Amino acid sequence: MRVYDLPDAKGHFGPYGGVFVSETLISALDELKAAYARYKDDPAFVAEYEYELKHYVGRPSPVYHARRWSEHFGGAQVYLKREDLNHTGAHKINNVIGQALLARHLGKPRVIAETGAGQHGVATATIAARYGMECVVYMGSEDVKRQAQNVYRMKLLGATVVPVESGSKTLKDALNEAMRDWVTNVENTFYIIGTVAGPHPYPMMVRDFQSVIGREAREQVPEMTGKQPDAVLACVGGGSNAIGIFHAFIPDEKVRLIGVEAAGHGLETGKHSATLCAGRAGVLHGNRTYLLQDDNGQIIETHSISAGLDYPGVGPEHAWLKDSGRAEYVAVTDDEALEAFHKLCRLEGIIPALESSHALAYAAKIAPRMRKDQILLVNLSGRGDKDMHTVAEKSGLKF
Amino acid sequence: MSRIAATFARLSKQGRKALIPFITAGDPDPASCVPLMHALVAGGADIIELGVPFSDPMADGPVIQRASERALKHGVSLRDVIGWVAEFRKTNGETPVVLMGYANPIEAMGTDKFVKAAKAAGADGVVVVDYPPEEAGQLVAILDAAGLDTIFLLSPTTSDVRLKQVAELGRGYLYYVSLKGVTGAANIDVADVAQRLARIRSHTKLPVGVGFGIRDGETARNIAEVADAVVIGSRLVQEIEAAPQDAVARARAFMAGIRSAMDRDVKGRAA
Repeated sequence: MRVYDLPDAKGHFGPYGGVFVSETLISALDELKAAYARYKDDPAFVAEYEYELKHYVGRPSPVYHARRWSEHFGGAQVYLKREDLNHTGAHKINNVIGQALLARHLGKPRVIAETGAGQHGVATATIAARYGMECVVYMGSEDVKRQAQNVYRMKLLGATVVPVESGSKTLKDALNEAMRDWVTNVENTFYIIGTVAGPHPYPMMVRDFQSVIGREAREQVPEMTGKQPDAVLACVGGGSNAIGIFHAFIPDEKVRLIGVEAAGHGLETGKHSATLCAGRAGVLHGNRTYLLQDDNGQIIETHSISAGLDYPGVGPEHAWLKDSGRAEYVAVTDDEALEAFHKLCRLEGIIPALESSHALAYAAKIAPRMRKDQILLVNLSGRGDKDMHTVAEKSGLKF
Repeated sequence: MSRIAATFARLSKQGRKALIPFITAGDPDPASCVPLMHALVAGGADIIELGVPFSDPMADGPVIQRASERALKHGVSLRDVIGWVAEFRKTNGETPVVLMGYANPIEAMGTDKFVKAAKAAGADGVVVVDYPPEEAGQLVAILDAAGLDTIFLLSPTTSDVRLKQVAELGRGYLYYVSLKGVTGAANIDVADVAQRLARIRSHTKLPVGVGFGIRDGETARNIAEVADAVVIGSRLVQEIEAAPQDAVARARAFMAGIRSAMDRDVKGRAA
């Protein structure tokens, strides 16, 4: 495979990505692009970033051989990349630290973020506290109701949580509102986007900050097993944890890359968030990518048991990896994800996030048909403590 | 000459400035759209910007967001909006109509199909808010071929290099967004606008309209002294929102107030 060097200078991954924003945002994006270009290879910046990852986040995160779960399948050996062990409990913080450091270098005392389930909001509030920055998190009012605990976490950390009442009152509307704040307050404000979407340079920059996941795993798996994995699996909502673990493996053509979307109640029901499996190309949130939309080009509401996958778009690089055939995208239902969630709890003593449970569920589907010497690497992108309410409710319990 | 160019030429001869109202098509309801367009003209509009509702209007403030939501509740589509332009044209052959909206509904319809339909309906120009010039090459080519104008936005933060680029691609007029932020935000600084317009005019001969933050006759009059056109959106949409049953009459009266403020001043200066 030729050297993978996307995106191009204008942020395109093939026909996807780009900068689809109003003129009012262009200068802010130009400033961000220039700042990122200046700092990304700057030795002092890189050293600062790596120090934070090591001492604050707790990297490198381990790779763990899920032996009992693998035995249960009687097929491939499943290894888990333990992003759930990061400070704040998910991969989100890798990216937030990178962007917050950039904000500091740009002299912006205020950071804003959008959040769906609250994980990215919590990570942003955490770093804002650590660096003494003002922090405002936009969250759909529906999500504020559903995720009361994370809202409280953000407040504990000193952030202001603004409920968004427009549109469907969920993640996509929170992103719109954060963009509106940014365009109004760009002089003192840095917008920390939580996933590999948005206008260039966000998809590239967030990918770069998350790609530490795959770089570590690409060394860790051979150290443990003597070879690279046969396939790497990750859940895909916006797609930041998936790009994070895929990116280093893109040149290893023998390694299958499998993104797992949320099929919700089932693709045939229309109640799902499987953008790559069931959507078509369009323009939203500053980039061209696959979208879930109606015939008139209006964005439609999505469903997933895991709020973190409940998004009608997807990072443009995934759109390109799908079309180019380098990665495959599949979807598993709420029920399949829940089953994998329970299995991992009982067999490995690990409570996974419902998002990550989608990737686990697909591993559970393909592992039994594989040889015992084959290896699946699953990105365990987050821990499931935040999902206790959802899972208990499914079992008919209430706290 | 295009309807937009002819309109600016006529106004320039009269020593008047263009008044360009913006409404969201289908707000407060689909049946009101064409009557509202006629009312805007009766109230003194020279060009109409007709907003195409979108589920995710990232560049709009709360007023136009709500207008979009009201229209979408009625299921208003891009096809409907184009249909209303055709209906408007049956009895108005002079007033240019500019379709203003976001990229996705256009791409969902297919850009070629959209331009053909817009042309056939009698639309005159298109503003795609989230197509900056870098991403608009194809649209401009298709619109040029159909004889429709691609209208671009400029902002206070647009650099000279970009100004040149936008001036080359822009057709009809340029739309200077006079504030940082979203539609309907804060108030406008006329002296600052005058300075910016001088810079813009050093790069283009296109007429320049100014919008965002113009709420009353006095501001419109002051802006009209320095700009070629005054664009009023959020404040007008507020009139419609405040009394949906009465929207047509209120929109006309509101426009008439702005118009007379703008023209009184022009006449005053001429005398």
